[in-house]
Amino acid sequence: MANLVEIRNVSKVYERGKQKVEVLHHIELDIAKGDFLALMGPSGSGKTTLLNLIGGLDSPTDGSISVGGERIDRLGEGALAKWRSEHVGFIFQFYNLLPMLSAQKNVELPLLLTNLSAAQRRKNASIALQLVGLAERAAHKPTELSGGQQQRVAIARAIVSDPDLLVCDEPTGDLDRQSAEDVLGLLQTLNREHGKTIIMVTHDPKAAEYASHTLHLDKGTLVEQQGLRAEG
Amino acid sequence: MKYLHLIWAALFRRKTRTILTLLSIIMAFLLFGLLDAVRVSFAEAGQSANGAERLQTGAKLSFIQPLPKSLQQRIAQVPGVKDVAHANWFGGAYQDPHNQIFTFAVSDNYLDVYPEVEVDPAERKAFDATADGVLVGDILMKKYNWKIGDRLPLQSQIFPNKEGSKNWNFQIVGTMKSKDNKAFQSQMIVLHWKTFDETTPYNRGSVGWYVTRVDDVNESDRIAKAIDAISANSDHETKTQTEQAATRNWIKQMADIGLIVTSIMGAVFFTLVLLTGNTMMQAVRERTNELAVLKTIGFSSRKVLGMVLAESVLLLLLGGLVGLALVSLIGAALPAMSGGMINGAHVGAKSWGLGVALAVVIGVVVGAVPAIRAMRLNIVDALAGR
Ligand SMILES: Nc1ncnc2c1ncn2[C@@H]1O[C@H](COP(=O)(O)OP(=O)(O)OP(=O)(O)O)[C@@H](O)[C@H]1O
Ligand SMILES: [Mg+2]
Repeated sequence: MANLVEIRNVSKVYERGKQKVEVLHHIELDIAKGDFLALMGPSGSGKTTLLNLIGGLDSPTDGSISVGGERIDRLGEGALAKWRSEHVGFIFQFYNLLPMLSAQKNVELPLLLTNLSAAQRRKNASIALQLVGLAERAAHKPTELSGGQQQRVAIARAIVSDPDLLVCDEPTGDLDRQSAEDVLGLLQTLNREHGKTIIMVTHDPKAAEYASHTLHLDKGTLVEQQGLRAEG
Repeated sequence: MKYLHLIWAALFRRKTRTILTLLSIIMAFLLFGLLDAVRVSFAEAGQSANGAERLQTGAKLSFIQPLPKSLQQRIAQVPGVKDVAHANWFGGAYQDPHNQIFTFAVSDNYLDVYPEVEVDPAERKAFDATADGVLVGDILMKKYNWKIGDRLPLQSQIFPNKEGSKNWNFQIVGTMKSKDNKAFQSQMIVLHWKTFDETTPYNRGSVGWYVTRVDDVNESDRIAKAIDAISANSDHETKTQTEQAATRNWIKQMADIGLIVTSIMGAVFFTLVLLTGNTMMQAVRERTNELAVLKTIGFSSRKVLGMVLAESVLLLLLGGLVGLALVSLIGAALPAMSGGMINGAHVGAKSWGLGVALAVVIGVVVGAVPAIRAMRLNIVDALAGR
């Protein structure tokens, strides 16, 4: 299978005042198209940092990252923003919906950056909400939704512009068991039936079981690879 | 404008704060509109269509120092002069001493130098024939519901009559109108100088100022110099200006309205900038996470900058437009409130234009810092709450 993500010798150094902290050391990683990868590791090991690099939110200090054949480490701020809007969907631990907007309007947000008509935006957002099972909650504000429902709205927002790649940072970290399973099931469906490549950071081994395999990060280095599979 | 709902939602994220801020903006623009109406009204006073072809001659030292009546004939002899009229300040109050109405005692040919003032020929004839007759501006007639034939008691601030009383009594014989009531005579009363001079023991044949109509506007400067040359080195040296300049000068002597208005507005808008600036700073700071999310989704830094600026401008425009709308409402009542000093018709296009421009400029100024902050926001740090 072709690789969607190719990471070569990536290091990331943060400068805190005069102190330099190397958070990632010489990471080598390929992620195949259609993969569902779980990224685990202790707190502070650099999971979020690596995810942000793959999602084009940050740039590596060293090395190269190509996603879908594009060297995103070479893109400037504006180009990177455009690239993200077209190719990546983001899912966060705390949902990060805009509190003033309805579920529908939240899902429409990424489409504002396309040249779809208002009617087309509305329609696509409705389809995405349907897909996550929240069509009847379209008019609700985030505060009127449960955590699990908010996370599903966030997933609808992440997939509405049909990106190839979904990056999820502890998407179930704030959810109860049942809601977590709903969300993980949904991600699995998106992976298996819609071909989305998913990279998910998690602390929860149960959550990692939904992925097709798991990588461990420790102190900025990938330490082992496991072929863990969810049943089936 | 597909981002409008986003900007609108951001603006009303904190309803109470936004509404309080809006109220201060509305108040500021209300004040601006009212003061600007005063300023415009003063600036435009006396700018009638024929203003440029009229010269006004007053005493050089002060506009209250009288001039000799004999000057009229000598001015009339200056080449290029079409007609010379004169007037005195009478200072009329109606009923209440505070209820001032501009009242001039004028020469018989006074109306001839103001062709833009319309008086019915029969009424003009009646005025010429009635010693205690007065002509009254159309605005005043309507305001006080006077009719031709009414007796009109007026109190002079300065001049007693033969009996030593400052209470004079006149008869309304006609109305002075003008197109759109633009001429200041629409808001004043004229009486006969002859009657005035004969009745009060205080005047003794003197004249307050002369109004000269010239044949050719381009000759105004030369004629003005020639008029002033007549009285050079006398005890009543004169200063002659075009009417527009004279009116402005006269107002300057009372107070520099423009400067006062500008200073007050400067203080008000300075406060407004600080206040709304603070609101916008707070609004952006507490939205750090949301702005980071927008950027994550793919909104470029420039777009985020634009949206925060638009939010700030929208805030100012909302407040500004409501404030100015209130001014327009009040403006309709303004002429009555100011005793005819301020012409309500002027609370209009100019104030609106200036007000809207101010709102936009203040909006940009106030939004600039928070917008740049939002633009520079680092996604990764903001998302991590750093
Ligand atoms: N912008 C930054 N400036 C300075 N240090 C940073 C920055 N971002 C991350 N770090 C540091 O890099 C290290 C890795 O951070 P990262 O957020 O990637 O960890 P993580 O594996 O996601 O941890 P957690 O499981 O707690 O989310 C931490 O020590 C963190 O303090
Ligand atoms: Mg993390």
